[in-house]
Order: sequence, then C-alpha cells, then structure tokens
Amino acid sequence: MMLAGFETVTYGTIYLGGDPINSLPPHKRGIGMVFQNYALFPHMTVGENLSFPLEARGVGKADVQEKIGRALEAVQLGGYERRRPSQLSGGQQQRVALARALVFEPALVLMDEPLGALDKQLREHMQYEIKHIHESLGVTVVYVTHDQSEALTLSDRIAVLNQGVIQQIDAPTDLYEKPNNAFVAQFIGENNRLRGRVRHMNGTSCRVELDNGHGEMQALAVNVSGSGTPTTLSLRPERVVIDPAPGSLPNRFEARVEELTYLGDHIRTRVNVCGTDQFIVKIPNAQGHASLKEGSTVAVGWEIDDCRALGT
Amino acid sequence: MTDAATTGAAAPADGPLTTADGRPLKSALARAERIRRVKAMLLVLPLLLFILITFLFPIALMLFRSVDNPIVADNMPRTIAALEAWDDRGELPDEAVFAALAADLAEARRNRTIGRLATRLNYETGGLRSTVTRTGRRAQRLKAPFKEALIGLDEDWANPETWAAIKRLGKRLTGVNYLAAVDRRYDVNDNVVPQPEVRRIYVGNFIQTLWMSVIVTIACLALGFPVAYLLSILPLRYSNVLMILVLLPFWTSLLVRTTSWIVLLQTEGIINDILVWSGIISEGGRIQLIFNAEGTVIAMTHILLPFMILPLYSVMKTIPPIYMRAAMSLGAGRHYAFWRVYAPNTLPGVGAGCLLVFILAIGYYITPALVGGQDGMMISNFIAYHMQRSLNWGLAAALGAILLFGVLILYWVYSKLVGLERLKLG
Repeated sequence: MMLAGFETVTYGTIYLGGDPINSLPPHKRGIGMVFQNYALFPHMTVGENLSFPLEARGVGKADVQEKIGRALEAVQLGGYERRRPSQLSGGQQQRVALARALVFEPALVLMDEPLGALDKQLREHMQYEIKHIHESLGVTVVYVTHDQSEALTLSDRIAVLNQGVIQQIDAPTDLYEKPNNAFVAQFIGENNRLRGRVRHMNGTSCRVELDNGHGEMQALAVNVSGSGTPTTLSLRPERVVIDPAPGSLPNRFEARVEELTYLGDHIRTRVNVCGTDQFIVKIPNAQGHASLKEGSTVAVGWEIDDCRALGT
Repeated sequence: MTDAATTGAAAPADGPLTTADGRPLKSALARAERIRRVKAMLLVLPLLLFILITFLFPIALMLFRSVDNPIVADNMPRTIAALEAWDDRGELPDEAVFAALAADLAEARRNRTIGRLATRLNYETGGLRSTVTRTGRRAQRLKAPFKEALIGLDEDWANPETWAAIKRLGKRLTGVNYLAAVDRRYDVNDNVVPQPEVRRIYVGNFIQTLWMSVIVTIACLALGFPVAYLLSILPLRYSNVLMILVLLPFWTSLLVRTTSWIVLLQTEGIINDILVWSGIISEGGRIQLIFNAEGTVIAMTHILLPFMILPLYSVMKTIPPIYMRAAMSLGAGRHYAFWRVYAPNTLPGVGAGCLLVFILAIGYYITPALVGGQDGMMISNFIAYHMQRSLNWGLAAALGAILLFGVLILYWVYSKLVGLERLKLG
C-alpha cells in the first residue's frame, strides 16, 4: 500500500529504479496493482477495463486495441473483450485483473494476496500461470502473501517480515534450507524446535546440550557466537532418518512413536524424543518405507548439517 | 399396486422420474410449489385488498368521473331529445326545443336539481348559472310562444353557443373535461378551439409543474450527492450523527418545515434581515423569496432532500473503496477516477433518487399551497381547487388523470433510459 502510494511514508525513502517516489501520487507512480478482490470495474466490459489505464495515460486508439489484444492473449483470455466481469469465473476475473495491471507496461507490478479469494485447486493452478506470465514478460513483481507454499512456488527472492522487520531475504531454497533465525525456520514450512545451550564450538559445527537435560547433539553453528550461548535447534521433519544404522549418523536417539497420521504422500509421525513429545517426523510413502506402530520404540537420527543451531 | 412399484423402480432407466410412491416427480414438485405459492398469496392478501379498496378503486372511479357527465342528460331529457334535429348552428333551434327547455327547467326546479344543472352548464359557458336559475324560477308561468318568452327573459337563449353547449353536454360520456384541462373547448360548430387567452391556465401550469419538479430534482441531486458520499465514507460514529441530521427533518411535520421556511424567507424574514444588515441589499430592496415559484422550489428541495440522499447512500455504501484505489493505481487522477469509475457505479442510486424526488415533486400539494403564492402554484393546487372550491370534480379528475398518465409515460421513458432493474430504492 505504501509502495503504491495509498499510505504516507513516515520515515525513509522508497526508490523505484533509482528514483525516489515518496512524493509521487499513486497515479504517477506507474505501478501496476492486482488486488485481492480483483477490483475490476463492474460497469465496464473486460476490454474497457483494460483500456482504462491506457486511456488515462492518453495512449492512441489504435495502440489501445493492439495492447489490449496482446495483454489478453498473455493471460489466455483472447476474445473476451466484450464480456462483463460478472460473467467471468473467479480465476478468469483474476486473469483479467492481471492483464489490466500489465497492459500499460508498468515498471513494477504489485500483487496484494491476489489469489486469496480462490479455492485451493484454482489457487495452485493460477500460481503456475502467474509464474509463467512473469517468466515470459520479465517484469518485476512484488507479491504479498501469507501462504508460504505460494511464496516458495512463485518467487525468485522472498522477504520474510515479522512485526514490520525483515527477517531474511533469500531465494526460496536458501530460505527453506538455511533459515537465519528461529522465526524464519518456523514460518516457512514445518519445523522441529529444540532449546539448548552451546557447550563447545568446533569450527562450523557445535555441541549443544538440551535445556531439559535429555542429552547432547551435534549441530551446524549458524547463528551462535560461542560456547555458553542459548540456542534454538531447528530440524526439518523430512530430514529425520528412521532406524539408521548405529554409527552412520552423528546424532542418534531412541524415540517412542506417539501418533501416526496417514496423509497420502507421506506419513506424519509424532514421536517422543529428547524429552519432547511434539517431535514430528515425515516418512515418505515410498516403497519399502518403515512401517511403525503407535507405542513402539524406534531409533531416529540426523546429520549435523540438517540440525541448525539458531539464535533464540 | 405391484405395477406402480415396478414402474416406480424401473422409471429412472428411461421413463419420467418418479417419487418413491410412484407419482411423477414433475407433478409432485408442482404440487409442493403450488402450496407454497398459495401460502404466500394468503399472506399478502390483506394488503392486496387494502390497496384495491383504497387505491386502485378510487383511481378507477376518478378516471371514470373525468368522462362521466350525467347531470344534463338526466335533467333535460326533453331538451336533449328535441335538440337531436338541430343541425344548422347558425340559426336558433325551433320552437319545440324552447318548449322542451321550459318544461325541463320547470321540472328541474320542482325536483330541486336545477342548482346542479346550472352549475354544470356554467362550467362550460360562463354566465349560464344565473340564466338557468332565473329562467327556472319563471318557467312554470311561461306561455307559448316559448321562443320569444325565453329570449325576452334572458338574452343568452338567443345565442346559438348556449344551445350548442347544452347539446354537447347532453351526452353521458364526454371529453370536455379533458379539453378544458388542456385549455381547449368546443366552439358552436363542435370544432376544438383554444380557450380565450385569459382562460388558458392549465397547459402553462402543467409545464410549470414539470419544470419546477425538474429543478427540484436537479437541486436535490446536486445537494444530496456530496452528503450521501460523505455519509458513505465517514466512520460509523460520525456518519450516524450525520444520518440523524439528514433524518431529523424527515421526522418533523411537513407543515412545520414548510412554515419555518416562511419565517426564514419572507420579506421581513431572517434571510432578508441578514442581507440588509450586512449591506448587500438596501432596506428598500428586500427580495421577494417566498410566495412565488422560487420559494416553492427552495422549500420543496429541502423537504425532498432525504428521498435523494437515502437511495444514494445505500448504493454508495456498497461501492468498495478499492475501486478508486485500483483506478488510481492504473494511472487515473482523482477527478478522472471519480467520473469514470465512482460516478457510474452510483447511477442506480442516482436513478432511484431522481425518480423518487421527481414523482413526489410533480404531485406536491402542501408546500406550493402554503408558500407558492400566485406563480408558485402547481397542478395539484388546481386539482384541489376544483375538488374543494369550484366543485368541478370532472375537471379535477381530468387534470389528475393527465398528471397520472404523464407520470406513467415519464416513468416508462425513464425505465428505458436507466433500466428499472438497476434501480435501488434504499
């Protein structure tokens, strides 16, 4: 909203392509915007909706028709010029909104939770469409979403914000696999957290003693300064190995199976290990996967690199 | 029994669908629907009857009264029969007609209906009332030849126009009321001609009524639109206060509001006092603001304003503010976005508000009656005048019918232009 100019900047400067745009009114910023509820003008046809930004900028009649045609082609809605927004489905309306934000060739496209109003299936489908349109046009898109998987699907770079502070800006893979702090680790994807204190630093790795006194483990020192600092260990559920051979992994513990949830592609397993019964392990539903029973005891283990010692 | 069960079970394969007990689904559904409709009908029946008795029936009666004309035919049967043969409008009718007239008037006087007869004839041709009543008083004693005797009694009987009027009014159904309502009349040869200049009032007044209603509607729109807009964007706390300010006059008596405008606008009133005090006008140049068309327009605009604001507000409330933001993000300045995006979306409210205000204004009575003076009169004041003072109900009915059909035609044109399905009445 501040980027688009609808809210006043209280401190700092926004630059777009090197130019400060703080004092520019919304209509002079040249930022295309896609809103959550599409905000298509109901009294205009699709064609008129698309020609609106062009006419507002005084683009010539002949150009207008050509640009509208191209924009609609880009969102695969060629020939829909005469329809009313109310005659379109949610996904089509969203595509028209997208075409409208792209048709005047803005320097930046802002998308404010554009898929929030769609159902899950359509949302996933649209994610790929937006991704492909984005790739083919090469325009910069700032995409606001609360849906982590949507962010991972669409983005080249993701900024995770917490209470107005950017926690980490990184590529999706780095953000997921190498989170800088506990908030990011928790926010993007599922995560097991163990609290402890660093006992001994050893180059890039460290030994951490758990606060609840249920043992010590080896972890990757990401955000800890030295021995004695408190830390949160972050461990992805899919990186936990069930029943590893003794000695094959630096971290190996006995666990009791508390709960099994069948989810089709994987089996979500809650185990009691290291003094917590909220420890999640994802067992992929692959051929020959370990079949566990609730109440049984099993060994679990993980690599040093997968267990990240983060600041608290 | 087994047959029914078999068909019931087998039907889905190719025959029509049936319910579990074997009846065709279509008729079972229709039955259920019918019961629901009957119940709904019973609920609205009281209101329907009420409207029928107090609204539709009187309107039908009024429409009939505008063409109904029994008085002359009932009271002058012999004269009317005798006048059948009278064709040459240049000449007076023959002796038989005069004799019949004398007999009719004598009988009407005995029956005490001569007053109504005289009044009816007087509507058509001014001055006939005294002619008829005076003749009626002496008709009993008149002797043949009646022609000379009657003409000797009153010169009007020597005027062919008098006879033409009687013959015309002898028909039970007549269009004279409508002719009178559009400032026309029949001449002696039954041609339609305009009324003399001084008696032409209604066409001018119809035009004035329309014109004033249009002005009031435009004024209401111009004043109401910003208020409705403000109402729709203010936070609830403030908009409630503003809404009460809009509705407060609505709850105040119409009479109080109208008379308070007299206090404000009269020559010695507050507005003029302020203007004189501030030196804008001199003591001698006080402006006549009330008891004329301007005063009527001012007072009616104020009184009808809520009817514009409320439909506008209800529509504006439903326009998401995000439209304006979207328009601005797409490169439209504030004014451009307002006129291209916001204003078109308020059209259903504008349409409904204008229709309400215009239709209410065109039939407005109290305000023009109180503050209209001579040139601020509207057509409803004339209708009331003919209902209450001149007792020419036929003419009043004709004026009312013209107003009614005028409004219906305007409504139809309006629905073609705006589209009634898009109107939103609050």
